[in-house]
Amino acid sequence: MRRRPWLVWTAGVLTYLFLYVPLIIVVVYSFNDSRLNAEWVGFTTHWYGELLRDEQMIEAAWNSLLIGVVASAVSTVLGTMAGYAIYRFRLRLLPILVVMPIAIPEILMGVSLLIFFVMLNLTLGLVSIILSHIAFCVGFVAIVVRSRLSGMDESLIEAARDLGATPVQAFRLVTLPLIMPGIVAGALMAFTLSIDDFVITFFTAGVDSVTLPLQIYSMIKIAVTPEVNAVSTLLMLLTLVLIVIATRLAPGSFRGK
Amino acid sequence: MFGGLAMSPRAARLWISSPPLVYLLVFFAIPALIMVLASFRYAGELGGLAPLVGSGDPDELAGLTLENYQRFFGDSIYLELFLKSFLYASTTTVLCLVLAYPLALTIARSHAKWRDLLVLLVILPFWSNFLIRVYAWMIILGPQSAFTRVFNGALGLAGIEPVALLFSPVAVVIGLVYVHLPFMVLPLYANLEKHDPSLLDAAQDLGAGAWQRFWRVTFPLSLPGVYAGAALVFIPALGIFAIPDILGGTDGLLVGNVIKQQFLDARDWPFGSVLSIVLTVLAVLFAGMAAWVARGQRL
Repeated sequence: MRRRPWLVWTAGVLTYLFLYVPLIIVVVYSFNDSRLNAEWVGFTTHWYGELLRDEQMIEAAWNSLLIGVVASAVSTVLGTMAGYAIYRFRLRLLPILVVMPIAIPEILMGVSLLIFFVMLNLTLGLVSIILSHIAFCVGFVAIVVRSRLSGMDESLIEAARDLGATPVQAFRLVTLPLIMPGIVAGALMAFTLSIDDFVITFFTAGVDSVTLPLQIYSMIKIAVTPEVNAVSTLLMLLTLVLIVIATRLAPGSFRGK
Repeated sequence: MFGGLAMSPRAARLWISSPPLVYLLVFFAIPALIMVLASFRYAGELGGLAPLVGSGDPDELAGLTLENYQRFFGDSIYLELFLKSFLYASTTTVLCLVLAYPLALTIARSHAKWRDLLVLLVILPFWSNFLIRVYAWMIILGPQSAFTRVFNGALGLAGIEPVALLFSPVAVVIGLVYVHLPFMVLPLYANLEKHDPSLLDAAQDLGAGAWQRFWRVTFPLSLPGVYAGAALVFIPALGIFAIPDILGGTDGLLVGNVIKQQFLDARDWPFGSVLSIVLTVLAVLFAGMAAWVARGQRL
């Protein structure tokens, strides 16, 4: 018999409510015909229209998209190499370097990259943001790819080698197709992390470049309008779609951020 | 053609591991080392850092100094700041544990076919943008929100003056708990799921009640999960700056906020680096402690 004391069960359900109610409120108020996020007045799609007319928001969205695509592409290549290298070879430094950016508080990476870029005389902007995003995405891709590799049947590689494949052929024709779902999941994960990142972007963006999270932050700090709810709802929808795809491809890859 | 290329294992190892290694050295390790160096430097006249080698002007501050560390250890304000952040992070960790435990237990003891879905439901909100999750609490705790009115109404019935929820320490703690909760649920669940149910049956057969079964069997066995979760919540919570920045009042500044101020407003980079380094040392210390305690548990 399963033990399911009602007290524990109720507490569990309440915690789910605690997790979801705030996000549902954000979505619901994005359709609210009132400037204040205080009570329900009536249904409108006005704030979504407002969003499309907001030039700064559009620019932020394009920047976020560009940064996300470039950063996830590069970090997928580097992360796959790192994941493979950690799985295949006995390395000392790389496993530590891959995990460290994930383990330490984000602000530390933000400020150290700020000092670094300024010392190099690199103008802060899209390039510095992309370089920073790659640095924190590599580890996540590496972890997903590595875990996919450890679930792989090693005898398939041996069989390919016995049949005369060179190590490179065995990798390209056997390993790569097998770990492909992990790589794609890692890429989607990197894209999501990049498009959502606030802290590291905040320090490495400089004054002229704006991304969606930076734009949301300045709106929250200065004047809250339901336009924030509208952009938040769209961003959540995008993330949701990407995660559903990634979980289908590599179950378990989104277990931890 | 490419496939026929013979590569020695050593060469393969070098070619595959070097690109990510070099990237992370350049964009993670070197910046971190530069920050250490920066903490021993003077601030530049216009903010940032003074040149390491001076132009020869005797008034100019060049070279290395211990001044920033002396300032940190000489003024109790900064130690109090770390203590305050420590307090916020510990409160958050304890509250997360209290909220996460029943949830993790519910998932671990539900039917196997539901578990993956239930875990996914914990992870999903956590993948929505961090700022959106904090912003949601701005709405809920705002002065005109239904929640605040009901809350203050209840206080009124008890004869207590209405309070402002937003921009208060309570709001900061709620935000911290909300954002970090999944970090506690996941390791706890991963641990609880592996427990052998026959242990509980044995305890029951030996006469243990539900309460005893929990405290003497389930909880002690789950300690590695508790330590992992505590580290995953405590360390990021210690360095957070956006949550106090958005949900906290002017007196709610934590270490992360002061680091942000030093780098972006005061532009005293050397001192900001000192604060960052102390934070890093503490983070590494706590992570090491959690790993050490968890290892001791397994023996």
